[in-house]
Amino acid sequence: MFQYNKKLEYPVKIKQANPALAKLIISQFGGPDGELGAAMRYLSQRYGCPTPQVKGLLTDIGTEELSHLEMVCAIVYQLTRNLKPEELKQGGFDAYYIDHTTGLYPVAASGTPFSAATFQSTGDVLADLHEDLAAEQKARVTYDNILRLADDPDVRDPIKFLRAREIVHFQRFGEGLRLEQEQLDSRNFYAFNPQFDRRQPR
Amino acid sequence: MSDKDKLLLRLQMAEFSAFETALFLDTHNTDPDALAYFAKCRNKAKELEREYVSKYGPLRIGQDESEKVWSWSKGPWPWEYSAN
Repeated sequence: MFQYNKKLEYPVKIKQANPALAKLIISQFGGPDGELGAAMRYLSQRYGCPTPQVKGLLTDIGTEELSHLEMVCAIVYQLTRNLKPEELKQGGFDAYYIDHTTGLYPVAASGTPFSAATFQSTGDVLADLHEDLAAEQKARVTYDNILRLADDPDVRDPIKFLRAREIVHFQRFGEGLRLEQEQLDSRNFYAFNPQFDRRQPR
Repeated sequence: MSDKDKLLLRLQMAEFSAFETALFLDTHNTDPDALAYFAKCRNKAKELEREYVSKYGPLRIGQDESEKVWSWSKGPWPWEYSAN
């Protein structure tokens, strides 16, 4: 079961509002490589995972992604404080404002609402872990892109933390993949799905 | 039902009672009966949790006292048939 901790994983304290930047960073809430998709991906995949350590890894990283989603929302929330109508317009935040005011809604920077079609849960641990490795790299690229466009050190600092977590998760998923492969036929890792097929007697 | 399952069920009951009371307290934050009932359920849950963790291992990261092995990632995980 899940229980809420009344603190962020890493502090978010942004002095200066910036709706233009909020419009970009919100992609890591509801975009194709965002934290909501990451959390749902790992927390869905863990049921189809055969090995206790990797079930644990998917549970723990999936849970951390929920904390990252909260940090991204905190960044967007603080970047859209006390805005005047002209600031909304200048920042290109006016279209979002019409639909959601300054509420947090999971969308991509391009305006597309969050979709579960951005991730998979296949019930095949090798397919899932390879997707997870790719997902961590794609999220890292998104944070790199944000860092190229964000000047404010108050924003850059938590974004750099989130970027570093993508790299750590990539490393741990690589180890998870190795753990799973050690339990499979080293001459043919794909001979059977450990969750669905019975191992052929030797 | 094993002793482990029985203890887990008692813990789930105490924690759920505390949580249900917490929701009530979110909108009635000075209700003396609810505050007292919450404290009672929470204390019971804490006591049962201590017993469960010492006998059967961690329910949260960091409850594992051992310095030799990380038992957190041991199975079964809660969604498995054998864990219920």
